[in-house]
Amino acid sequence: MRLQEYQGKELFRRVGISVSEGQIATTPQEAEEIARTLGGAVVVKAQVLVGGRGKAGGVKLAQTPAEARAHAEKILQMSIKGERVRKVLITRAVEIEREFYLSITIDRSAKQPVVIFSAEGGIEIEELAKTHPEKIIKFHIHPLVGLQGYQVRTALFQAKLDPKWMTPLSEIFFKLYEAFTRYRAHLVEINPLALTRDGRWLAVDAKVMIDDDDVPSELAGWEAEELASSSEERAAREADLQYVKLDGSIGIIGNGAGLVMSTLDLVALNGGRPANFLDIGGGANAEVMKQALKIVLSDSQVRGLFINIFGGITRCDEVARGLVATQQELGIRVPMVVRLTGTNEIEGRRILQEHGITPVAGMEEGAAEIVRRVSHNI
Amino acid sequence: MSILINRSTNVLVQGITGSEGGFHTKRMLEYGTKIVAGVTPGKGGTIFDGVPVYNTVREAQQHHAIDATVIFVPAKFAADAILEAADAEVPLIVCITEHIPVHHMLKVYQFVKLKGVRLIGPNCPGLIAPGKCKIGILPNHIFKPGPVGIVSRSGTLTYEIADQLSRANIGQSTVVGIGGDPIVGSGFIDILALFQKDRQTKAIVLVGEIGGTDEERAAEFIAREITKPVVAYIAGFSAPPGKRMGHAGAIISGSEGTADAKAKALESKGIPVARTPREVVELTKKALSQRATRI
Repeated sequence: MRLQEYQGKELFRRVGISVSEGQIATTPQEAEEIARTLGGAVVVKAQVLVGGRGKAGGVKLAQTPAEARAHAEKILQMSIKGERVRKVLITRAVEIEREFYLSITIDRSAKQPVVIFSAEGGIEIEELAKTHPEKIIKFHIHPLVGLQGYQVRTALFQAKLDPKWMTPLSEIFFKLYEAFTRYRAHLVEINPLALTRDGRWLAVDAKVMIDDDDVPSELAGWEAEELASSSEERAAREADLQYVKLDGSIGIIGNGAGLVMSTLDLVALNGGRPANFLDIGGGANAEVMKQALKIVLSDSQVRGLFINIFGGITRCDEVARGLVATQQELGIRVPMVVRLTGTNEIEGRRILQEHGITPVAGMEEGAAEIVRRVSHNI
Repeated sequence: MSILINRSTNVLVQGITGSEGGFHTKRMLEYGTKIVAGVTPGKGGTIFDGVPVYNTVREAQQHHAIDATVIFVPAKFAADAILEAADAEVPLIVCITEHIPVHHMLKVYQFVKLKGVRLIGPNCPGLIAPGKCKIGILPNHIFKPGPVGIVSRSGTLTYEIADQLSRANIGQSTVVGIGGDPIVGSGFIDILALFQKDRQTKAIVLVGEIGGTDEERAAEFIAREITKPVVAYIAGFSAPPGKRMGHAGAIISGSEGTADAKAKALESKGIPVARTPREVVELTKKALSQRATRI
C-alpha cells in the first residue's frame, strides 16, 4: 500500500519528524481558505502516487489565496500519468538553504534494510546513482540489532557536512527508522529533506510504502486512499482475487501467479495483447471462477478470453462448473479458449464438452488459438 | 540421489490439524513421505491420520528423530513457527504459508542463518524428490524420477514445466520451489550449488520471474561454479512496471527486475533462456543429449 504525500507526512509527524505545515483540499474553495489561514506564499501539490508530478505541472507556487485557488482548480482537473488528481496539499512555502535525501528500504539481495543518504537531495535518486554514485552513501541495518549510532556517525562524517548539522540529522535518521519499523514499511523516503533559511529541518515530501500483509492497526481505514485504480481492480480486491488491469484486448484467467504471467507472455509472443492479469489462486471453487469471469468480462476492452488452468489443489471440475454457470447466467459473447489440465481433468472436460466448449491441448496452442480468433473475430 | 530429501527423511508437520495442513498431510502420506509427527499447540497427545501430534517442536523431537519440518500455520503465526523450528535446530524447514509480513521475515532470515539450519520458502510449494519423498503441496501425479533438477520461484508454473518434461519422458531428480516473496530462506544459488554436487542431476532448469535481481546473481554464479548444463525460463516479459503480479516479490521497481534484464544476464553467460514452457523441454532434451555425447 502506497501512501499519498500528506499521509506519509502524517506518519513522519507522529514519529517526531517535522514536516512543512499544510492541509489537504478537495475543492478550489478549500484550497483558497487553507492558503488564507496559512498566510503568505503557499505551494499547491497534486496528491498522486505516480512520480514526476512536478514536471507534469502538478506542483505550483502561489503568492496569494486567490492564486492558490486558481492553481488548485487547474490541478484538480488533471490526470497525471493516467492517475486522476482528487486532492491537493496546500503547504506553506519555505525558503530552503540546502536539500538532502534520506530513505530506508528493503534490500532484497542483502535481505536487510538499507539506508540511503545523500547531501544532494531534491532530485531523482536513481538518476543521481547513475551520474554521481560517489554522492550516495548506503549502509545496511542488521534486523536483529537495529540502527546504531556509529553507523549514522560514519555516514555523516563520510558526507563531510557542517559539524553542527550532525545532531539534528542523526535524530532524523533514528526517527525515520522508527517510522520504518513501527509502520511496517517497505520504503520511507524524505526527498527533499530540507534545511530552511531559518534553521529548521523539514520533510518537504514523503514517500511511504506499507507492507500489505502487515498494515498496522494505527492505519486502519487508510487503505481507502489506495492508488486510484480501475473499477475492475477494486472489484477484484473485494473478491480477494489478484488482478492487474493491462491495456490490451485479451482477457486472461489462470491459477498461480507464475503460470498467469507465463500465459500473458505466450499471448504477447503470438502477437496478442493481454487485457489483464488475473490469478484465481490455489483451490478456487466454481464461485471464485464465476467472480473472476465477471470481473474480466466487465472490462469493455476485452475482445476475447483465454482461461489457463493447471489443476493442483485447484480442481478442474470446479473451474468448469463456474465457467458453465457464468456462461448460462451472463452469456459470454467474446471468443473463448479454455485450457484445463490436472486434478479432476476428465470430469472438467466432460462438463465443458456437454456445453459445447472443447478445451485445447496445451497452453501454447491455447495462446495461439485465442490470438487467431480475436484477430479474425471468430 | 536427490538433494535435501530422500526416502528416509523423517518429516514433521507444523499445523497438522489445520485444514491446509491436514489436507496436504494426507497427500504427502499417499505419496510415501515419512511423516513421523505433527505439531499443533494444545492438541498434543492426539493422533491425526495415524500421526502423533505434539504441543511443541521440542516435544516432538523427544520422541522422534526429525530431519525436516513443513509449516502450514496461518501467516500471523508462521514466523513464530519458523523460529520455533530453527531454535530446535531442525535441519530443513519448509514454509508453505503465504503473506508473512516482510518485517517478520527480515528477522527470521537472520535467526535461521545464525542457527545454521536451512529454510525453503515461505510462500512456496515445497519440494519433491520424485518417487521418494514430497514435502509441500505439489501435485502427486505429474513428477517422474530422472536426471533434471528444477529450481523455481513459482508454483503452478513449475507444475506446468515439470508436467511437460514428464510427458516428454524426462524425469526429475528433485524439484524445489523456493518461493515468491521478496525475502526467502534459500535462493537460486543455494539450490544450484546442491544440484551441482548431486550425482543424479545431469541438467538443471531454473524458473525465474520478474522482481529483484536473483536471476542475475544466479547467472554470475552459474558461470563461475556450475559445470552442468542449465536451461532457464523467465515469466513476466509482458508485465508492466510498478504492478505486483500476484507474488509479493514479482514487481518491477524502477529499472530493476525486468524479465528482459534477467534473460540478457543469463544469455550473456551462455545460459539458454526458453521463451515458452515447451521450449524448456526442447532445450533440456538438447542439454541432456549434448552432455551424453560429451562423455
